[in-house]
Amino acid sequence: MSRQQLDCRRLLCPMPVIRVQDKVAELQPGDELEAIFTDPGVLQDIPAWCRINGHLVLDQQRKEDEYRVLLRVGEA
Amino acid sequence: MISGGLDSLLAARVMLDQGIHVEGINFFTGFCVEGHTHAIRKKDQKKPKRNNALWSAEQLGIKLHIVDIIEEYKDIVFNPKYGYGANLNPCLDCKIFMVKKAREWMEAHDFDFIITGEVVGQRPKSQRKETMPVVQRDSGIDDLLLRPLCAKNLPETLPEREGWVDREKLYGFSGRSRKPQMALAKEFGFEDYAQPAGGCCFLTDESYSIKLQDLWKARGSKQYEMDDIMLLKVGRHIRPEPGYKLIISREEGEGKFLQGYKKQYSSLRTTSHPGPLALIDGDVMDDQIELAARIVARYSQGKMADEVELEFMDKDGSTRELKVTPLPPDELPKEWIV
Repeated sequence: MSRQQLDCRRLLCPMPVIRVQDKVAELQPGDELEAIFTDPGVLQDIPAWCRINGHLVLDQQRKEDEYRVLLRVGEA
Repeated sequence: MISGGLDSLLAARVMLDQGIHVEGINFFTGFCVEGHTHAIRKKDQKKPKRNNALWSAEQLGIKLHIVDIIEEYKDIVFNPKYGYGANLNPCLDCKIFMVKKAREWMEAHDFDFIITGEVVGQRPKSQRKETMPVVQRDSGIDDLLLRPLCAKNLPETLPEREGWVDREKLYGFSGRSRKPQMALAKEFGFEDYAQPAGGCCFLTDESYSIKLQDLWKARGSKQYEMDDIMLLKVGRHIRPEPGYKLIISREEGEGKFLQGYKKQYSSLRTTSHPGPLALIDGDVMDDQIELAARIVARYSQGKMADEVELEFMDKDGSTRELKVTPLPPDELPKEWIV
């Protein structure tokens, strides 16, 4: 299992979702991805994307104008 | 193909009800209205934000694949074979291109056919009975494109002939009325779906198209990068001379967004009075900076003051102070405003 980082700051919807989607495609089930964003829409979009694609949001935090989401890759 | 609107939501649900395995595909051209400006403007940040394509997929219980086609899409915007609509919207070429990309994805992932939410006569350019066969021919999808909402008005497709899909359970919607779709949405129990609007693409917007044409004219050719088309959605655009324009924030959220571009563009901000942040797109000489500063000062809270102080920041981060008289409104020619 590995944990990867992804910087999606300054990207606006739906680019953060596309970047996460493409990164997750490179990972294995059980791997974790910690991504950082500035578009507040990700707090809805990333969990929604995870739910429909079988991944799990482990944690999400806001720090000033940045948002961090930690997810675990599910089975393909 | 899931756009995030009602029609594609319904079309996918009709197929699911026939026991078909459906996965959604959604394309991002860079011009999609979805989300962008809501994420920028502070006053819009109180509104609930969601990506409607993701929302649709979740309602349907299907996977959704979002595909970035920004680079490839440029050729559609620059050279549409079937021309533009009322503005810079190349709707028919766009539809053909997206169906072609969906076909490539379908073949690469071993799917059997494509469904769309198209309705005959729904849109003046891309959804007419005469243009629907053009989409099938030019995209190469031929009769593997099924339009469940209006299939009964069209020739049988292969999925219908082969019995994969029961044609009797498809629909015969046509025309611009939304009532049949709304009734079907009610039947399926869909609420809170994206409201039918003027369009889901900035290229259908007159004001946006004018700004894009201005950009092409200033650069001497049709070209754009992602940052260009994002910035066309933000702020006031004022071009005092062909060689440069100002992008002036209209509120705090836009100001924060423009901050992120200060390493790519020189900028001006008022320091003596609350006011906007402005990016300067183009190269400017000293006398041009002064005029630019007077324009920016005119949009600050010091617009009635005798003198307003500003900071000019170059792309390399060097700064200098300016003191100017705000430009009176009647000295700002309308033709400068893009």
